[in-house]
Parts: sequence; C-alpha cells; structure tokens
Amino acid sequence: MTEPTIYELSSPGRTGVTFPVPDVPLAKLPQNLLRKELPLPELAEVDVVRHYIALSKYNYSVDDGLYPLGSCTMKYNPKINEDTARLPGFAYTHPLQPVETVQGNLALMFTLQEWLKEISGFAALTLQPAAGAHGELTGVLIMRAYHRDRGDPKRVRMLIPDSAHGTNPASSAMSNLEVVQIPSDARGNLDLVALKAACDDATVGLMLTNPNTLGLFDEHLEQVIKIVHDCGGLVYGDGANLNALLGILRPADVGFDVMHFNLHKTFSTPHGGGGPGSGPVGVSEKLADFLPAPLVGIIEEGSDEEPPLFGFVTPKKSIGRVKAFHGHFGMMVRTYTYISMHGPDGLRKIAEYAVLNANYVKARLKGVYTVPFDRICMHEFVVEGQWAEAPGIRALDVAKRLMDYDFHPPTNYFPLIVHEALMIEPTETENKRTLDAFADALLKIADEAKTTPSLLHEAPHKTPFGRMDEVKAARELVLCCWLPEDYGD
Amino acid sequence: MTYIPHSPKERDAMLAAIGVNYLEDLFKDIPAKHRYPKLDLPPALTEMEAAAELGELASGNENVQSDLVSFLGAGAYHHYIPAAVDHILRRGEFYTAYTPYQPEISQGTLQGIFEYQSLICALTGMEVSNASHYDGATAVAEAANMAYAQFRGKRSRVVISPTVHPQYRATMRTYIQGMGMELAGDDPNANLDAGPEALESLIDDNTALVIVQYPDFFGRVYDFAKLIEIAHARGALVCMTVNPTALGLLKTPGEMGADIVVGEGQPLGIPLSFGGPYLGFFTTRKQYIHKMAGRLVGETVDNRGQRAFVLTLTAREQHIKRERAISNICSNEGLMALAAALYLSLLGQTGLRQVAELCYHKAHYAAEQISKIKGFSLCFDAPFFHEFSVCCPRPVAELNDHLLEHGILGGYDLGQDYPALKDHMLVTVTEMNTRAEIDALVEILAEADHD
Repeated sequence: MTEPTIYELSSPGRTGVTFPVPDVPLAKLPQNLLRKELPLPELAEVDVVRHYIALSKYNYSVDDGLYPLGSCTMKYNPKINEDTARLPGFAYTHPLQPVETVQGNLALMFTLQEWLKEISGFAALTLQPAAGAHGELTGVLIMRAYHRDRGDPKRVRMLIPDSAHGTNPASSAMSNLEVVQIPSDARGNLDLVALKAACDDATVGLMLTNPNTLGLFDEHLEQVIKIVHDCGGLVYGDGANLNALLGILRPADVGFDVMHFNLHKTFSTPHGGGGPGSGPVGVSEKLADFLPAPLVGIIEEGSDEEPPLFGFVTPKKSIGRVKAFHGHFGMMVRTYTYISMHGPDGLRKIAEYAVLNANYVKARLKGVYTVPFDRICMHEFVVEGQWAEAPGIRALDVAKRLMDYDFHPPTNYFPLIVHEALMIEPTETENKRTLDAFADALLKIADEAKTTPSLLHEAPHKTPFGRMDEVKAARELVLCCWLPEDYGD
Repeated sequence: MTYIPHSPKERDAMLAAIGVNYLEDLFKDIPAKHRYPKLDLPPALTEMEAAAELGELASGNENVQSDLVSFLGAGAYHHYIPAAVDHILRRGEFYTAYTPYQPEISQGTLQGIFEYQSLICALTGMEVSNASHYDGATAVAEAANMAYAQFRGKRSRVVISPTVHPQYRATMRTYIQGMGMELAGDDPNANLDAGPEALESLIDDNTALVIVQYPDFFGRVYDFAKLIEIAHARGALVCMTVNPTALGLLKTPGEMGADIVVGEGQPLGIPLSFGGPYLGFFTTRKQYIHKMAGRLVGETVDNRGQRAFVLTLTAREQHIKRERAISNICSNEGLMALAAALYLSLLGQTGLRQVAELCYHKAHYAAEQISKIKGFSLCFDAPFFHEFSVCCPRPVAELNDHLLEHGILGGYDLGQDYPALKDHMLVTVTEMNTRAEIDALVEILAEADHD
C-alpha cells in the first residue's frame, strides 16, 4: 500500500499550473549561463493533490488524537490561529516595507513582546529566534557577551544538568563553551553538592530546564539560582516546559536571568511535522543591551489623538542579528491570537490542567509501571518501560505497541538518566475520557508484556507500516529519488 | 475562552484519583512568595472578538496584494502561490504532527521530506539535501560551521563576498563570534564593481570556506566555476547561496563545482508574511554528509517488505551527540519544506522555467525603461536575473516616499548597507508585476526627477 514518489508519478508534458504569456518584449537570455536541464517532475494539479492527500493519511497528528510526546507539548492547535495568520494584511507584507506601512504588524509584535515579558517577568525580549534551540544559542551568546563586556572573558564553562535536552550542550558548544555535566539527586532535583563544587570564576552560568525533563519542579530552585549567582554566573532557563508555569510562576521572579520560549509548545502554534517553531528570548535588565537586533520599539510617542509610531530599535551592545528579517512573524500572529483568547485566568488554567492531566495519568499507571521519581509532577512525568517479569521487553516495544491502540507513543529513551524511559506529557487539551483510554491501553500493554511478549516485539500490527530497517537506511543512504532513466522515451 | 475540555465533575474525579483535593495542591513545590503572580494582561476574548481584533491589526498594514504594487525584494519575494499549496498545508495530518520520530505512523511527513530533498537536489544540481534550516541566513552560517568541522578546526578563515545579503553576513558574524573563526571579505567598502575574481586574493591555506551569492545581492549573475577551481586548488570548500527561482533558468551551482549550496526557499510557495517563517535549504556533496547538520530522511523497507522512509544518520544530531554535535538544530522548517515541495511539484519543469523567464523578461524591460529616464542609470554591466541596481539622481528614501504616494512600494535602498551606493536602488520585478505597473513605476520615477 505504498504511495509512489512524486517522480514515479511524473509524465512528460504535464504541468499543474501555467502562467500568463509575457506582456513585455522578450530580452536576450545569457546563453552561457543557462542550465541544460531542469529535472523536476511533471504532474497535473489533481495528481499532486491526490499524492499529498494519500501521504497525509499515513500521518498521525494532534488532530487525530493524543500525542503525548514528553517535552514537546503537543497540545491542540486552535483553528482560528491558522485563519488569523493568513489574513492578507499579515501574509502579504514584505519584511523590508517602510515602517509607516506596517504599523499593524509592528503593533502586534510590540504588544506580544510586552505580553511575553509580563508572563515571564523579564525586562526585555526579542522575538527574532526561529526555534527553541535557536533561542538557546541566542541566550548563550548573550551570556558570553555579558561576561566579556564586564571584562571577565575567562568564563568559559557552562553547567548543564544530566537531565537536560541535547540542545543545551549543543548550543553551548556552538559558542565554544566547555560543558560541565551536573548530576541529579535521588529526588530528581539538581545535586546541590555537585553544583557547588562546579561553580567557580570560570562559570558562564547554568542552563536549567525547570520543571526538568523528569517533569519535576526543583525543590531547591532558589538555592540553585543563588549558588550560581554567588559565583558570578548567570542562570539560563530552558522554556521548553513553560506550559507548567503559566500564571503559576514567573521565571524572572525567582532569579532566572535569561530564558527562551517555545511558541510552538506553550502557545499552541502547530509543530508542522518538525517546524517552523519560534523561540523568543527574555532577559533581565542587566542583559537587555545585548539582545539581538533589531527589536520593535516606539520611535515616536503617541498622543490622545494619535497612536504611537512603532519601528525598529537596536540595543546598545547587541550580539547582532541571529537570522534575516524579524523572526517567525506567522507564529507571532498565532501566539497573539492564543494569548488574547486566554487572558490571565485562562493562562493559569492551562498550566493547572496540564499538571492535573499529567498527575492523573501517572496515578493511573502507578503500581504497574515503575515511576522512578514518585512525587507530584508538573506537566509531564517519566516511567520505566520494563519489567523483571517481562525479560526482553523494552520501552521501544511498549511505544510501538501503543500505536495499535491508536495513540502516538510518548518520548522514549529520554531523559538519559532513566532506564527505558517513557516520558509522558498529555497536555491540558485532553479530556478524561481520552486519558482513561490511554492509561487503559498502557495497562493492557504491561499485561501483554508479561503474557504475550511477541505482541509487543512485533508491534505495531495495525498501522499502515511496520518497524523499519534503520540499518539499511544508514548503510545504503538513498536520500533522493529521480526521474526514471527512460523518462520521456 | 480556553481549549480545556474538562467538566468540573471530571476535574474532581481526577483530583480524587491523584489523592488531592484542589488544583492548588499540585503546586506546593513552587516557592510560595512567587506563586500565582497577578498578570497584567487584557481579559480573555471570545474567538469572535479575537478574529475582529486581529482583523483590525492586519488592516493597519498596507499589503502587496491589495494596497501596494511591489518592486521590493532584497531577499524576500512576492510570487504567485498556486491555491493547492495552502490547501494541502492546511491538512491537520501535516501541520499538527511533529518530527517523525515514529516512522510507522509518520510516513506522510517522511516521504514528503524525502521528496523535498530530491526536488532541492534536482534544482541545485547537488547530491544531498537535509530536511531544512530556519532560513537562508542561518543556512549560510551553518555552512561555515560545517566547513570548520570538516577541517576539524584546522582552517579557521571564512571568506565571504561583500555582495552576499547584508543580513546574512550579519547573521554569520553573530554565529561565529564565539568560534574563533576569522571572517575575510565582509567589507561593504570593497570594490563592488569587481566580479568573483576580487575574492581570489583572500583565499589562503587557512581558508575553510568561500561564500558567494548567486545571483548576488545586487542581482548580478556570475559563473563561479573559475573561482571554485581556485578555491579547491587551495584546499578550501565553496558555498553558494542561491535564489531558487533563478535556478529555473540558470546554470546550477552543482555544475559550477560548489561544495555546499544553500539558500532562502521562500520564493517557492511561501508567503512574504513579514519575514517568516521561511525556509533555509541546505545541500552538499555526499562525501561531506557526516558533517552536515540537520535532519535527513533516507529510504528503507519495513518488516513487511514495503518501501518506507526513516530519519537517518541521526547520530550526527544534538539529541544523541549533545555537545559534540555539529549544530544544535532541532526544530526546522518542516511545513515550509512541504510548501516548497508542493510548489515545485505543481509547477514542474515547465512552470518553474516559465516563472523564471517571466521574472527575467519583465525585469529586463523595467531596467531598460528606467535607464532611459534622465538622471537614472544601471549601476553594473553584468548580466542580471530579476533584480538590478539603479543609480538615482535623488536619495532613494525620497523617491520611495513619492512612489508610495502612488501606491508603489519602491526598491531597496542600497545606501543603508553600502556607503558607496548612496542613492542606489535595488529594483525587483517578478511575474506578479504587469507591464502597466512597470510603466507606472517608470512614469512616477520620471516625474519625481522633475519635482
């Protein structure tokens, strides 16, 4: 039941769209600079549409059902967001238009900067970064620039917990910083003794995900931050898990110096099969001058009759720009829509119900699945996908078997500090009925693991495709398809 | 309103199952004095009210579809997007899925990316494409990282042409500030009349990468084959950042011998959307694949013998290699890559060639007409594609103000980035511009000269 590739569907002489004939005299083409052939496929519009509809049916998505990927916050993506982002007034504006002609866009961006600052407590904010990891790089470069500006360039070490996302060490390495891993303690908090021992005058700072990837809020958070600040370091907040904290805690209030947001997680912009995301970065007052340029600001104050004139401003000691233009504006429109529909009470409700859902599923699984750090969790939690009574069964098998029950599997094998980890984040947009069905499926699978393990080993059974030969993919490296050799003959 | 589906009864049953009485009981770990901050945000709107508010904001802009005729490009281009592109993008199965970590239930996304990789390779004449970067600027910056890694840090010089997009060069400066790389050629005061040969003297034995733009920021088209040969002779790699529409017509960078070919994919079916989200495409030759960042999809079979696709060579990436990864990239531009694949599939070889030729002919008509106006002339003699630089008798800002009064969005003011190009305008013409619009532009520019 495989779908042919777009090249296999090609037939000479077809096209899905035609364009008007030139209404100007034809200019001479530069013969020595022309390409010889353009091997793109040839299809009619209906072929293209049917091909992609066929492909779409092979996908599982949030619109199909629960997608409990830990740390990805796969919440429902409101349909109105898709409409507002496509309003012609937004979608057909050029990034380099004179600011006077794009006051609507700039007002939206300015207001969104203010809202995200209010939600997080930070003093200043850039919307430019394109994704979470891009926000991390931005934040790390800001921390580096801050220390150098103070005349303290010897700070070259970034402290990163062993439960951190892989992007944290990778982002630090992209700024040529040395990564020091800090272990977690028995309750899933950062190990304070190890942290103290690692902090010194070469510490750039700590990159902390809180709640962490175990779904736990660090019980010593204020101490952790103080230890890092006392050695002159800064504390970076990985905002991947901000969904748990909306209206609950403003990270800047407890002393975080810089943090990135993931608009595609916390603020419901769709994940798009892997992107685009959006990764704004908030910073405290002392780091404001280092933000990437430009930011949206008021360049002429308004009056009772006239609104202010919005434009672009460059922070004094800016690290520079981190991409072309102004960031993922389309994601900003969606986020603006989402925040405006929630208001302060709605935002708090998001966090409350995200945490409620995670704890509820955890309560339903406890006793059957090992919960390595059994505390009240935040928006997600981690269990082990292994049992002594089911030798040979791994988290991967549990994950694959879940597909037979029409659920997307949780994140597995992460965080690295839990054996056979299954990291479950239901999000707030799932109802009790769905969560019960999911928990029932996981409980049934635990039973199957012990009684009929082959069901798990060979899973999934009911999906259009079975398990993949990943070794073959890596060994043969077929990364492209082409027009057939006899094409056009 | 919110999207939370719980009834009060369900909520209470869930709290009871957890063993607590109130939602507040779940937040005891939060430092009490900071718990539940009062957020100074406007009260919640209904969907109807939000739609109206966003409509109001959108109408506070002048857009290039209904309000303005655009001759502005400089890295973002107004092209026709076939209706089918957005209809497919709006399938929830595509846009509400995430990274295809579970291939059994993600073949739609995976085959979509595989075909995107194939189409981008066909367009650029290269051997492998990754699944995308954020935009053209970050793709260029990542090319420097890749070259640096390829030489294991032993070559630290990156030569970049001053005719690469100013914002791409700025992004490059930001990316490499911690890396100990040296940037050469990044000089807006360099001789801008010179062709590719101007870079030759900057390429030394320490050079990891040479970066050029095709067509360059001023719209000019050069054959870089000779420069690439010289760079290779000195052991350096060459990255070309290219306009994908131009490749509907022009010689491929693959044919010229480039090692890395990147670019901004926005012209391929992605709306202007005030600068993003766009699409950074990134291709290289097979021999360098292990140093290329980003996700890759490869063909394989499943355990039922069916052809299928998976993420492959993932051991290069941050979630496995952590601080030893080439890049920290995780989320990319998946849905925008799908848009580009749809666009290229719908246009095919005939359609893309047609768009490229329309751009070329209309731009050349516009250039010829503008150069006939007294006081205006073309700055450069080199061949160009759909953008060209005009020397103007008055400041570009003044001309653009005047054009705007007539509903025309004028070209980019090159003096902002290049001191020597004060009073120089970069004019862009695409298939969207009619002859009547071009004639109107010419007429108003001519008028402006008399004012």
